Amino acid sequence: MTAIALMRRRRSFAIEALTAIGLFAAPFILPHLGFAPTTMSRIMVWGLFGIGFDILFGFTGLLSFGQSAFYGTGGMVAAYLLTIVGFHRVMLALIAGTIVAAIAGYLVGLIALRRTGIYFAMITVAIAEVFYFVEFNPLSEFTGGENGLPGVPTPTLPLGFTTIHFNTDWSLYAFFAFWYFVGIVIALRIVRSPVGAVLSAIRDNPLRAAAVGHNIHGYKLTAFVIAAAYAGFAGGLLGVMQGFMPPEAFTFDTSGQLVMQTAIGGTGTLFGPLVGATVWLYLSDFLQTTLHLGATWKLVLGVVFVLLVCFLRRGLIGGTKDLGEYLHHLMQRNEPKTASLSAATVNELNAAPRTPANAAAAAITARRRQPSDGSKPALQATRLSKRYGGLVANSDINFAVSRGERRGIIGPNGAGKTTFFKMLTCEIHPTSGTIVFEGRDITGMDVTDVCQLGLTKSYQVNQLFTRLTVRENITIAALAELRGKFRLDMLRSMAAIHGLAEQVAHTLALVDLTSRADAPVAALAYGEKRRLEVGLALATSPTLLLLDEPLAGMSPLERLEMVKLLKSISQDRTMIIIDHDMDSLFELVERVTVLQEGRVLVEGTPEEIKGNKAVQEAYLGGVVQA
Amino acid sequence: MINWGNFISQVFNGVVLGALLALISSGLTIIYGTLGVLNLAHGAMFMLGGYAGWVAYSYTGSFVVAVIAGTLFVMLVGVVMELVIIRHFYSRPHEDQLLVTFGLGIVFVETVRFFFGSLSKAVPAPPSLVGITSIGFMFYPTYRLALLGIVAVALIALYIALYRTRIGMIVRAGIEDSVMVDSLGIDVYKVFMVAFGIGAMAAGFAGIVNAPVVSIAPDVGEAILVQTFVVVVIGGVGSFPGAVLGGFIAGEIISITSMFNPSYSYVMLFVAMTLVLVLRPYGLLGTAGRE
Repeated sequence: MTAIALMRRRRSFAIEALTAIGLFAAPFILPHLGFAPTTMSRIMVWGLFGIGFDILFGFTGLLSFGQSAFYGTGGMVAAYLLTIVGFHRVMLALIAGTIVAAIAGYLVGLIALRRTGIYFAMITVAIAEVFYFVEFNPLSEFTGGENGLPGVPTPTLPLGFTTIHFNTDWSLYAFFAFWYFVGIVIALRIVRSPVGAVLSAIRDNPLRAAAVGHNIHGYKLTAFVIAAAYAGFAGGLLGVMQGFMPPEAFTFDTSGQLVMQTAIGGTGTLFGPLVGATVWLYLSDFLQTTLHLGATWKLVLGVVFVLLVCFLRRGLIGGTKDLGEYLHHLMQRNEPKTASLSAATVNELNAAPRTPANAAAAAITARRRQPSDGSKPALQATRLSKRYGGLVANSDINFAVSRGERRGIIGPNGAGKTTFFKMLTCEIHPTSGTIVFEGRDITGMDVTDVCQLGLTKSYQVNQLFTRLTVRENITIAALAELRGKFRLDMLRSMAAIHGLAEQVAHTLALVDLTSRADAPVAALAYGEKRRLEVGLALATSPTLLLLDEPLAGMSPLERLEMVKLLKSISQDRTMIIIDHDMDSLFELVERVTVLQEGRVLVEGTPEEIKGNKAVQEAYLGGVVQA
Repeated sequence: MINWGNFISQVFNGVVLGALLALISSGLTIIYGTLGVLNLAHGAMFMLGGYAGWVAYSYTGSFVVAVIAGTLFVMLVGVVMELVIIRHFYSRPHEDQLLVTFGLGIVFVETVRFFFGSLSKAVPAPPSLVGITSIGFMFYPTYRLALLGIVAVALIALYIALYRTRIGMIVRAGIEDSVMVDSLGIDVYKVFMVAFGIGAMAAGFAGIVNAPVVSIAPDVGEAILVQTFVVVVIGGVGSFPGAVLGGFIAGEIISITSMFNPSYSYVMLFVAMTLVLVLRPYGLLGTAGRE
């Protein structure tokens, strides 16, 4: 389930209500299945710890093997305050621990997030190990070293007339269940917020998330800090639960167990860690006390885990969902529903003519950053060169496009067209030369900032958010324009963002994907994916749009549609288009620049280019006879 | 005040540890470079080498047999692991690969614990290498000195295997571009299997030759794995020379810091890793591109 899908169901609060009911009902049901109240409390702590981890791993795609560092830090700070310092307010101590863990998360994140993927995993392991050793030895005065910190008090709740003591097994469960509930409510808000949407975009395609104008480093750091804060709070609860803060909280085993529980339950669901912890703790109790397996329980769980990763890749929750959908599918096949459905689709198609673009186009023109001075060029590149070692990809390119112009760029393969585009969008930086966009020097800026200024590109090879739906894809891009490159509106709902729904609907209409809005990207035809690719760029409402081979790989019919689309979106917008389809391109653009071997060969109107000898030679290697 | 005799012997310890880390890390980096899989069970394979050697030693009493048995056993484990499990994970996300190798590492460790218990086992050095030797300016344990030689030979053998043989050339080509190797008509899966076997073998060999220095226990691989990560991050993922350089750097950092206060050795390692990440994000000898 993705962030935005969750968002659309938000008004019902069904998930929150079900969680509350489940947590309330658990003490009446689970003991009959052999769960001790202390086991249930442990499940709550692991579940809460896992919520933050799932936001980091399941929603943002960052697999950390070092969460023990923050779990231990939060727990130790809270326990230190409550034991050695002699502080009595348990809640305040827990919050202090959470804050310290979050700060630690921020600092660690600054280093670990310099890299992604396996590097990130390795760095988090190494950093967590540092925490472990520092806690164990240099800081043993504060942490009790290998003895940990005993004597952590249980919480109390003064109500004026009486004081509630959470000092029995069941009252402690109630205490933990309450905080689990708070944790899940906050997490649900986060994943349904614009921040949550951007996080899932980063998971799916970090390159494009940055290219549509999101500061992905900032958001990744945010996810990391959120995960650290949850871990810190859960660590504090661990001390409260056991009356003792164990140094083992800092070990690699702790991080590993968290990862395994989350994977067992299912990632990207927020509830995966809870389910995983339930299975894990139940099995470990069962294997040890009922089957008397002793230390072998871990071997059994290890084997179970490996099998699960091999065969049930989305965990128990994902597997259950898949099974449900499969059964649903089987049931549907028996009902003669398809005929009426397709009739409805046909009606809808008839009702909506296939030229929806123009009306919408007016509404979604580049409405911010209106050019003030019509005479200046929209974009001007001066003496632009790019060298890779000895290879010169572009040399000394002078290039200017005036506002509202449609410019084509052609050239044989290897002429340096894509390199040139990448420099204009600041994906790569030129070796020398300058680029000025709307009077501002953008040379050396990054792709995110340039997109925020109103210059973006649709890619030659589709760069979509593959696990999201069409609507969610467009929403991600529109959010970058409406919210800027970084904003921490983590608790705001998407519905509260002014103009978002309109902009998404307009863009969908513009690229003619309204009827496919809720289809997952994987279900789209190639031509539809190409239109979505252009739609992602359009949703950021650029004043200058670069299109890298928008017609490549399309069928003749799809080409016609795309040319029509490109024409309709060109009003009040500057466009530069690379393509090999000369006929379509010459029909679209007003002027053409021809690149050859990294240089500008000639520039002119389509008619001039068609008749140009040098161009014909460039393409056909000089065999053209006059 | 620094005791210079002590300092020099720690520098020497650092070289020995560094060579060992270099060997283990090259194994990890060969596997990653070729297959794109970070093997989180690599530490467990180091441990398996020690145990397989220990079993062979207790039957035969021969250290040489122990080394051969430990190395070959772990190579076999690596090959089987690649064939049965890892092969099905090439097309899956990196995260799944991390999860499955992490799980396998636990299975290896717990299996060993099941059969041999948690208590540590010792494999004695061969009688001719027991005792201490004078190396002019100081005395040094003979076996450690020999270990340096043994590991250096292994590293050179690995270098020759990688850079001077046909199969090594193919593996290196696989590190660069496995799709291209495949389309040249070379069975790339066989290359992957060989690379995994070689990488595992390096860890297993290190595990058994180190056993006379540090006695073996089921979780001995965990610390090694973490140190190996630091080595690889410092040296650059996928780079054999980087693994060697990073190994020696890490070995010296750990040894020299230990002289003052062992508990700071990880902190110093971490400082070094951070510096590298800030100044050269792809590692000292790594190149940009592969994540």
